[in-house]
Amino acid sequence: MSETCKVAVERRGDVALLWTDGYINNQGGEEIAREAYAQIGNGARGLVMNLEKTKIVNSIGISILIEVLEKVMDRKGVLAFCNLTPTIDKTFRIMGLAQYASIYANEEEALKAVSVQLASP
Amino acid sequence: MFEDGGREISLTIPIAPDMELVATAQAAAVGEYIGMSRDKIDEIKLALVEACINAFEHAHARDDRVHVAFRVGKETVGGEWLEIEVRDQGQGFDAATVEAPSAEKTFGGRRKRGWGLKIIKSLMDHVEIASGEWGTRIVMRKYK
Repeated sequence: MSETCKVAVERRGDVALLWTDGYINNQGGEEIAREAYAQIGNGARGLVMNLEKTKIVNSIGISILIEVLEKVMDRKGVLAFCNLTPTIDKTFRIMGLAQYASIYANEEEALKAVSVQLASP
Repeated sequence: MFEDGGREISLTIPIAPDMELVATAQAAAVGEYIGMSRDKIDEIKLALVEACINAFEHAHARDDRVHVAFRVGKETVGGEWLEIEVRDQGQGFDAATVEAPSAEKTFGGRRKRGWGLKIIKSLMDHVEIASGEWGTRIVMRKYK
């Protein structure tokens, strides 16, 4: 039954694009955080998380994403999410993530918005 | 799936990593059986995950198990519903003393957790919680 969350990463300038695949629970959240922190350590200022292949999350996994968001905000960076299921979108809004990170319908919109935000003074 | 007079399915899951997904698979099957929409089934699954992991983490259940029951029914006014009962034989808790989470306390603060009940109540249409020395029972219902 174990559904390990896999994370794929691609770097596009100073933006790192992370694709998740699977259940974002504590292990999934930690895997995402590990990849995100590695990218931040390597100079990424913007992170885009594409959750298209994640259909279920839990509050423990989301709390780890919040820690990632705080780290990005501390460094004056930008974090955006895209391709959320309606339920995950709703849960992110319940937990207040949408107040601090942007949510976009698709990857193209997210990448464009993050690039614009990073370019503005 | 449900026989007349016995519209309930019971499931007992061990307290072990990812066992909440066994319960969500059953919830999805029951939701599909009554023709519930995919989005509503997903909301039920997420609420059920939260109820299960609350029991896994906090209950300290004497039998190391969480008991889940799925029921369907129909009301004249509200229509068809799916109800899930999550029960543990743990130490119980006082719902009145549970601090309500908020984005303000979560962001920049040290308290990131404690969102389970808020999520459950937000995603389901009706939630009842009973708890005592005998354990905890959460009954949550969603209308089709």
